[in-house]
Amino acid sequence: MKHRFVGGLAAVLLLLVSCSEDTTPPAAPASPSPAAGVEYPVTLDTPNGPLTIEGRPERIVSLSPTGTEMLFAIGAGDQVVAVDDQSNYPDDVPTTDLSGYEPNVEAIASYDPDLVVYATEPGDLGSSLEGLGIRALLQPAAVELQDVYGQITQLGEATDHTTEAADVVDGMKEDITGIVADASGGGEGVTFYHELDDTYYSVTSSTFTGQLYAMLGLDNIADEAKGAGGGYPQLSAEYIIDADPDLIFLADTKCCGQSPDTVSQRPGWDGIGAVERGDVVPLDEDVAQRWGPRVVEFLRRIAEAVDGASAEAA
Amino acid sequence: MTRRTGAIVLGVVVLIGALLVGLLAGPVHIAPADAMRWLLSFGRRPSGLSEQQATILADLRLPRVIVAGIVGAALSASGAAYQAVFRNPLADPYLLGAAAGAGLGATLAVTFGPSSAFAFAVPLAAFLGALAGVGLAYGLGRSGVGGRSTTSLILGGVAVASFLTAAQTLIQQQRSETLRQVYSWILGRLGTAGWDDVRIALPSVAIAVTILWLCRRLLDVIEVGELEAESLGLHVARLRLVVVVAASLATAAAVSVAGLIGFVGIIIPHGVRLLAGSSYRQVLPLSVLFGASFLILVDVVARTAVAPAEIPIGVITAFLGAPFFLLALRRSGRRTA
Repeated sequence: MKHRFVGGLAAVLLLLVSCSEDTTPPAAPASPSPAAGVEYPVTLDTPNGPLTIEGRPERIVSLSPTGTEMLFAIGAGDQVVAVDDQSNYPDDVPTTDLSGYEPNVEAIASYDPDLVVYATEPGDLGSSLEGLGIRALLQPAAVELQDVYGQITQLGEATDHTTEAADVVDGMKEDITGIVADASGGGEGVTFYHELDDTYYSVTSSTFTGQLYAMLGLDNIADEAKGAGGGYPQLSAEYIIDADPDLIFLADTKCCGQSPDTVSQRPGWDGIGAVERGDVVPLDEDVAQRWGPRVVEFLRRIAEAVDGASAEAA
Repeated sequence: MTRRTGAIVLGVVVLIGALLVGLLAGPVHIAPADAMRWLLSFGRRPSGLSEQQATILADLRLPRVIVAGIVGAALSASGAAYQAVFRNPLADPYLLGAAAGAGLGATLAVTFGPSSAFAFAVPLAAFLGALAGVGLAYGLGRSGVGGRSTTSLILGGVAVASFLTAAQTLIQQQRSETLRQVYSWILGRLGTAGWDDVRIALPSVAIAVTILWLCRRLLDVIEVGELEAESLGLHVARLRLVVVVAASLATAAAVSVAGLIGFVGIIIPHGVRLLAGSSYRQVLPLSVLFGASFLILVDVVARTAVAPAEIPIGVITAFLGAPFFLLALRRSGRRTA
């Protein structure tokens, strides 16, 4: 942990040095052109009510891997001093042993942050931090793509990177439109099973993940179980075998050590079309389960798999 | 037919019925007639059955029903045995830290084990953890004041269970990414049961249940009272050790393939006592029969109630078990009053 932290700092310093070769020494972080600057104080809408940020935050702590990815994507990375133990992307984030699930207010405060970004409210984290005079911005997991855009835009306003945030959002929208257009309905009628863990929990089309598949026109076998599990039903193995999906996506490669190989060894699974044809697609869980800028990557991966599957069928 | 043999015959009939229901019911529709023909021809596929349906019957439903039966039998028999040696009607198979030990073992395996070997590492670690938990509790209880009393054993169990649970929570908290897997294991799982699980659980459970069955008369004596048993020349401490080891072996095997499924070890022995009296010559074999049937049928509910989704089986047994627990408590209250 320490090594990565130091490494992250070094990388940030190096960046600063290289950016400011012919100007002053790297005393102050490089800020974007004044024209694009946010006029503080700025007030943001959050699930906890309005949040006013007095000045440009320079010591941000992110307790959310998704938040971390967004902050770095909009160029606010050099204002981030610490991220939680689950944040691992991009490579040079200042990972610490802070926990986003069971946050320790004192440990967070020890980084002397002027803004804390977090995704889960375990009870009173927000008010505890406010009590210490630390601004806390809650951005819960997105329910639909629009939320992702909204969160990126909001982080742009909070951190004085509105232009970059708008660029990221526009880029995402463009990429997603492109992927959907390229797929041009190739996913119609293709059935799939998205696996969350090795006890066959899955996602229905009402979830964020399910919506992405639906954008490409795929048919989700878990939708038969709409009523159960609040969008995340646990499916019966025999149902999955009977449904005979064309594609299987494994979002449990890290958590549960699953792979196309282990799937083919499950009793009775070798008769599933996707397994027979080798259309079992291992996913990077971090990409599939963090609904931030890399959603584009996830969607592209699905589209490629659909392409491959229909190419074989043709 | 005496009442005794009558109860056994009833138990066998119910078990056969439960096995058939378990095999015929499921989210995928398979014509009962075809499934029966498949069963009667010992797995040769009759014309009406597709290859996929035959696979579902042979590789998914049959092993799952058998695992449910083994687990139900193991938990019920060891529950009954614990209730006898501890002379406590509310004793259950997890009393001496088996559950906490298994939980810690499984958590360690999920967290630190090689991810490629999850399928074997988790059951094995849970099995060893359960045995270690009971071993610790037994050692601690015996070394305590008045090493022979059941109270000190139970207190040892409570202490060991809290300690092991604390250790498990600590690891989980350090590695929050494993939370989901550990949680799904704790809720009890039969959804992935296969023939491997039958192979893992059956030998230990068969041995353990046989040992308990051989002890059935001694359990009757010990339930009368420890002093009385001693005066009849019975080595109470030694018998208790044998029974605890056997019951823990059965529990550990059940836990290793199915996770934690609560209340079975209380509901079934008490139900059996209502049906056939409290002699262990009856209670033990009937607990095995009815315990197996019970868990098979509960599992049918788990996989058909919200099909094609599943309900965690431990949730259903707890739903049924909690009211039953109160009933048992009232009955035992009345008996001692």
